[in-house]
Amino acid sequence: MNPNMKRLRRSMMFLNCQKPGLIKDPYVYAPDSIMLDLEDAVAEKEKDAARYSLYHALQEIDYRGVERVVRINGLDTDLWIEDIRCSVAGGCDSIRIPKTETAADVKKVEAAVAAAEKEFGVEEGRTLIMAALESARGVMNAFEICQSSPRLFGIALSGGDYTKDLQTTISGTGVELMGARQHMIIAARAAGVQCFDTVYTNLNDMEGFRKDVETIHTMGFDGKSIINPRQIPIVHEIYTPKPKDIIFAEKVVHEIDTKKAQGIGVFTVDGKMIDIAFYDGAKRTLALAKASGVYKGDL
Amino acid sequence: MEIKKPAVAGTLESSDCMVTVEPGQGQVDLDLDSAVIRQYGKQIRKVIRETLDRLDVSNAKVTVVDKGALDCTIKARVECAVYRSNDIKDNLPWGGVIK
Repeated sequence: MNPNMKRLRRSMMFLNCQKPGLIKDPYVYAPDSIMLDLEDAVAEKEKDAARYSLYHALQEIDYRGVERVVRINGLDTDLWIEDIRCSVAGGCDSIRIPKTETAADVKKVEAAVAAAEKEFGVEEGRTLIMAALESARGVMNAFEICQSSPRLFGIALSGGDYTKDLQTTISGTGVELMGARQHMIIAARAAGVQCFDTVYTNLNDMEGFRKDVETIHTMGFDGKSIINPRQIPIVHEIYTPKPKDIIFAEKVVHEIDTKKAQGIGVFTVDGKMIDIAFYDGAKRTLALAKASGVYKGDL
Repeated sequence: MEIKKPAVAGTLESSDCMVTVEPGQGQVDLDLDSAVIRQYGKQIRKVIRETLDRLDVSNAKVTVVDKGALDCTIKARVECAVYRSNDIKDNLPWGGVIK
């Protein structure tokens, strides 16, 4: 399996490939991933120009470990195959498919990515895929999309187009997104892939943004799409396990390992009932803490 | 590659450059304007000429207005202008003459 399938992706920041000033040094803000956009942010007459900028940026800029995802144009355009050729030749880490509605959409992209890897001498399987669900149909097909390709590391909700399709609007409360969010996270977990939330577009409402991130964190999402560097520290703060959670998780893992050897199945840690069902959650907390750089232990 | 018609790529925004290519008069004539021409003029010219050489452009009038673009942006804008002058947008030689 590609080791990047399960990498830390708390913050995925969109950047317009049409603007060289935006894609030259986004690593200074330390997002986990950047999403280099060839789609909606790029004017129709600049689609070709954006590709040259993307190719050379991928080839020549050291993004210092930040994952480089490219959002290609939709499969209903005549642009997406050349987008994939350019991105794979440049050495991107992942392709984001917009407006994904079926498993067949992912398979089309998978075939084009494989062909590009072969054409440009890129290691087979190096380039991963994520699928953005932007319609009611896409959300309803979330599980089959999650299972469509061994390259697919996750799915992402695209709230703007999705709410248009629902014939509603973004309210700021998140009510209109609740069904899709719940359905997608369940589908992603059932299939063993990651799940990412949509952007929060009101940059003047950082408190609303914080509440939004807290909600999706509680729901189980792996991360959020970001449109401005100011949003990154808030996401990382909410996603980084707190010291008390890390200490408790350490105790849980240690106690379960010890008690298991003694033939004891249920016991208490700090006054809370613990059994084997808590083991994976505690391990996940420690893994996330380690990936976030706040845990140096060896559990 | 022949410059078949005038073509432009890029903008005058910071960190970008605007490249205009036009049919030439038997050689490459390069006109460069840059705010950092004293510090980086030589390097910018070198990147432009190397890019044109890779694309096998030997007969063109090339005008570049630089606003502090990185080398990778200069290459991207020169290539885009040259391919636009030939109306080529697909099946490009990524990693070949574009590199």
